Amino acid sequence: MNASALATRGLDKSFGSLVVAKDIELKLPQGERYALIGPNGAGKTTLINLMTGMLRPDRGHIFLGENDITALKPEERVKCGLVRTFQINTLFPHLSALEAVTLAVCERQGYARSWWRKLPAYGDAVEEAHAILVSLRLATSCYRPTRELAYGQQRLLEIALALATKPKVLLLDEPAAGVPRGESAELFSVISDLSRDIAVLFIEHDMNVVFRFAHRIIVMVGGRILVEGTPREIAADMRVRDVYLGGTRHG
Amino acid sequence: MTSSTLSEPQRHLEAQIRWQPVEIAFWLATLLPFVLAANYLVLASQIAITALFALSLDLILGYAGIVSLGHAAYFGFGSYTAGLIAKWGWGEPLTGLAAAAAAAGVLGYATSFIIARFRHLALIMITLGLGLLLAEAANSASWLTGGADGLQGVRMWKLFGAFQFDLYGTTAYTYSLAVLFLAFLLARRLINSPFGLALRGIRENAIRMRAIGAPNPAHIRKVYTIAAVMAGIAGGLLAQTTETVSLETLSFARSADVLVILILGGAGRLYGGLVGAIVYMVARDQFSGINPQYWYFWIGTLLIAVVLFLPNGILGGLTRLTRLVRSRA
Repeated sequence: MNASALATRGLDKSFGSLVVAKDIELKLPQGERYALIGPNGAGKTTLINLMTGMLRPDRGHIFLGENDITALKPEERVKCGLVRTFQINTLFPHLSALEAVTLAVCERQGYARSWWRKLPAYGDAVEEAHAILVSLRLATSCYRPTRELAYGQQRLLEIALALATKPKVLLLDEPAAGVPRGESAELFSVISDLSRDIAVLFIEHDMNVVFRFAHRIIVMVGGRILVEGTPREIAADMRVRDVYLGGTRHG
Repeated sequence: MTSSTLSEPQRHLEAQIRWQPVEIAFWLATLLPFVLAANYLVLASQIAITALFALSLDLILGYAGIVSLGHAAYFGFGSYTAGLIAKWGWGEPLTGLAAAAAAAGVLGYATSFIIARFRHLALIMITLGLGLLLAEAANSASWLTGGADGLQGVRMWKLFGAFQFDLYGTTAYTYSLAVLFLAFLLARRLINSPFGLALRGIRENAIRMRAIGAPNPAHIRKVYTIAAVMAGIAGGLLAQTTETVSLETLSFARSADVLVILILGGAGRLYGGLVGAIVYMVARDQFSGINPQYWYFWIGTLLIAVVLFLPNGILGGLTRLTRLVRSRA
């Protein structure tokens, strides 16, 4: 197996008496597709927030490749290659899709500091942004303001913005949240077509999608990792059936 | 043309920032007061200065979404700097203005470290506090500033050694308008650059900016310093063209007025502050001529009307109107 692209060691976090993450040990190998599942309130989004630096852990360490990134700010972690998307659209409503993705490219290239030359002069950034939009089938509406895009297109733009940062590790928080079932398979085919240089961890509730697209599955319950394994192992695991696939299955 | 070498997406971005005929018409129209309203050149000069001040606020508020209720701090600081230098015997306008810009820039850079850490309500309180702090400091340092009597004894030399600042405001308006135009060109470049796009990104969604790796505080410190420089230049212009500086340049009223002007004209649009300044200053001149004590009654009415019916200011309303007319045609 490859070296791990992202790893956590003994990650703890609690809000008062509410434990949202307890002793999280996780290894995400390069280029793999991992699903993170668990009932609502299991701490899945919290874990993404901890790993991307939007929350500070009470204890534990986060490693990106060889480097300990626990002390880095969110934007510094992005520069290192750890990037996330959001469950609820977190976009730039009045920027066009092209502008938004170009902005992300400019930030990566360091162009965003320059205020003398005009934006269209940075042809490489604009071209790269456009190419990303084309690859996600957003080219035809890329000149329209984000807020005017269809919901499914906005979900794709979430991913486009993340890709523009050239991530090594991509954490997708329910990329298909709110997308009709038929379209969510299409959205995940985009995700599974992503470059194999990128390690992907995604949160998803639709088990058909999870079993179809994930190489391995991590099951979280009550802030802890219950079990990790291949889809086949998870499907056969009685504990998982009990807490998640069983009677208390959520809507 | 170079446009043939540009790709389709580049051409699209280029088209958004191209000079429009209406912009050229606007700047040509700023020359009209010389021929049509020669008695109002002093007012025109004040309008140009206020427009520059509003433009500087637009950079931080309209583009980066930094709300400030204390922007007069930099205006007043520039004003006193320019005034004091002239009072102390160096009355050359351009170097005096450069000193005002530098002084306000230093103050802006120093305070930007606090500004960049806060948002929303906290930011309003902090900018308000900074503004009041400086106003009070200027008030108590009356040995330096002249206190409530204002700074007396400011004597300007001729502009370029040739043009006297006269009572009719010909030199004053020419000077203020030229500086405003240069500052506008600079602001226009800035807004259309990758940095300008990053500022709009911060305004639109600061959380997402961090998630794409953007150093928001660094961006904010930079634009805040640039805006402070611009406000300082506006303040310096006022000191030089009126040959006096009053505490009012640092007052809360001035901070509030410029905010009203920008919202009136349309924040987040390059011409918002300019159009706002023209409407506000001309309206004040006219209304207060008729009925001085009711001036704020009318401005209050105007403000409520604009916010209710033109949420994006006068310019936002005009844009909507032209779209409507075009779609009908």
